[in-house]
Amino acid sequence: MNKGSKKWFWIFTGPVLATFTLVVLIPIIMGIGYSFTSWNGISSQIDFVGLDNYKAVFKDKDFFNSFLFTAKFAIVSVISINLVGFLLALLVTSGLKGSHFLRGIFFIPNLIGGLILGFVWQFIFTKGFDAIGAALGIEWLRGWLSTETTGFWGLIILMTWQMAGYMMIIYVAGLQNIPDSVLEAAAIDGASKWDILRRITLPLVAPSFTVGLFLTLANSFKLYDQNLSLTGGGPGNSTQMVAMNIYKTAFTSSKFGLAQSKAVIFLVVLGIVAITQMYLSKKREVEM
Amino acid sequence: MVEKKTNRVILGIIGFLAGLTFLAPFYLVVINSFKTQKGFLIDVMGLPGKYFTLNNYVDAFKKLDFMRAATNSLLITVITVVLLIFLTSMAAWMLVRTKTKTSTFIFLMFSASMLIPFQAVMLPLINIMGKLHMLNPVGLVITYIGFGTAMSVVMYHGFIKSVPVEIEEAATIDGCSKFGVFWKIVFPLLKPITVTIAVLNAMWIWNDFLLPQLVINKPAWQTIPLKMFYFFGQFAKRWDLALAGLIIAMIPIVVFYLAMQKHIIKGVMQGAIK
Repeated sequence: MNKGSKKWFWIFTGPVLATFTLVVLIPIIMGIGYSFTSWNGISSQIDFVGLDNYKAVFKDKDFFNSFLFTAKFAIVSVISINLVGFLLALLVTSGLKGSHFLRGIFFIPNLIGGLILGFVWQFIFTKGFDAIGAALGIEWLRGWLSTETTGFWGLIILMTWQMAGYMMIIYVAGLQNIPDSVLEAAAIDGASKWDILRRITLPLVAPSFTVGLFLTLANSFKLYDQNLSLTGGGPGNSTQMVAMNIYKTAFTSSKFGLAQSKAVIFLVVLGIVAITQMYLSKKREVEM
Repeated sequence: MVEKKTNRVILGIIGFLAGLTFLAPFYLVVINSFKTQKGFLIDVMGLPGKYFTLNNYVDAFKKLDFMRAATNSLLITVITVVLLIFLTSMAAWMLVRTKTKTSTFIFLMFSASMLIPFQAVMLPLINIMGKLHMLNPVGLVITYIGFGTAMSVVMYHGFIKSVPVEIEEAATIDGCSKFGVFWKIVFPLLKPITVTIAVLNAMWIWNDFLLPQLVINKPAWQTIPLKMFYFFGQFAKRWDLALAGLIIAMIPIVVFYLAMQKHIIKGVMQGAIK
């Protein structure tokens, strides 16, 4: 590369590199450093404490519980979001009248911020479900969000309702890429609808599943806004997810160093989960 | 034939019911937002009837200081998205057209950074921004650009790879500067991906809550999600008022969606394929 083009290279990439360095690169390096200190966010006295924070994290029962809750939530929500999203995609590509209109409706929840949707569903669960339960005498519809179980399923319902439309769009794109001739040939050969779905459609939309699973898995693990506005982590801390636990460790307990070491563990776990999942889906795509 | 027809009808019914299920929460929120507090306490499921009122909307609009919050949200979203498009398209083009180790390294660094959860950087970031006296809307725009860079660069990168380089070379021979080549020849070709990137970033920034909560410390600068959070905390026992506030907060994005539906859906689809 000659001198002239080198100059242009830095002129074109310099601005984003500078902001990226300031906002992501320096903080992540500092963050890893802070995880070995007693930083409390206010005092300028910051002592090196070695692995003390990490040892404390492993003894932190609340953190362990929130991790377990998050993992359970991630597994169930990834399945339900992608399943509903895929079924909706099949529905709106089946040549149904008004399917364009339906597609528009299914997508609406996705546009609105998680914080606002959490408040909307807090109302639906605590007032709407309660009223229906009272009117029809269905006991299990009453008292939602007041227990861990109903809080868990509340979060699942909210996230499925919000994200399914987004996944539907992704799967519609995948379904439209399947040539009609392939499906027609299978039908003429006497394959049943179920066989076509299982043996032709599903393998051919596998790349879309990779994208869908990746997006929903990362999203479910990092969930914060909906957790805050729907259950606030309650009752007790029973529905508190990892992101909220880290936030509270820092801003409620003023243990910035400890919060930072939790964040580093969170980063590592997320990285492992994402890379494993990418690897497995890619492998499956090729095999199929 | 008969079987096909019944299948159609069954499918139609399923579609209709699924649509209703998706809209039901909005319906419940809307009908209750028009009830007086008494009407709300008496009956949640029914229409407002004789308890109909518009006062909730008037009250919520004032208490949310909605015009100011909406202006803040709009300014921050528009300015960030314009800057992001401007800066990341240039950078991505340079990264694609320069085949060096540095260039590859920078691209890989952006790609890898997309895995970093916000919680891993938020505490040091707020510390740095505080020291730079940037806990204000300007600082917020800068942090959004920093966080938005990776995805935008990666998406532009993927698109630019398929743009033929010959036209650019011809223009360079004709004496066009690098800026000239990019803005006059390359950027117009990027329009489809630019729409996608603009839509995805705008949706993220408009709805974002945690970052503004940490970076903005004056009520006058609050965006819609922030205002909504504090408003809800204050009127948690007053659902009639809170619901009207939620509807007000949702109106701008729903109107935007109805106007831009085609572009938004296409944008998301493109984004997913990339």
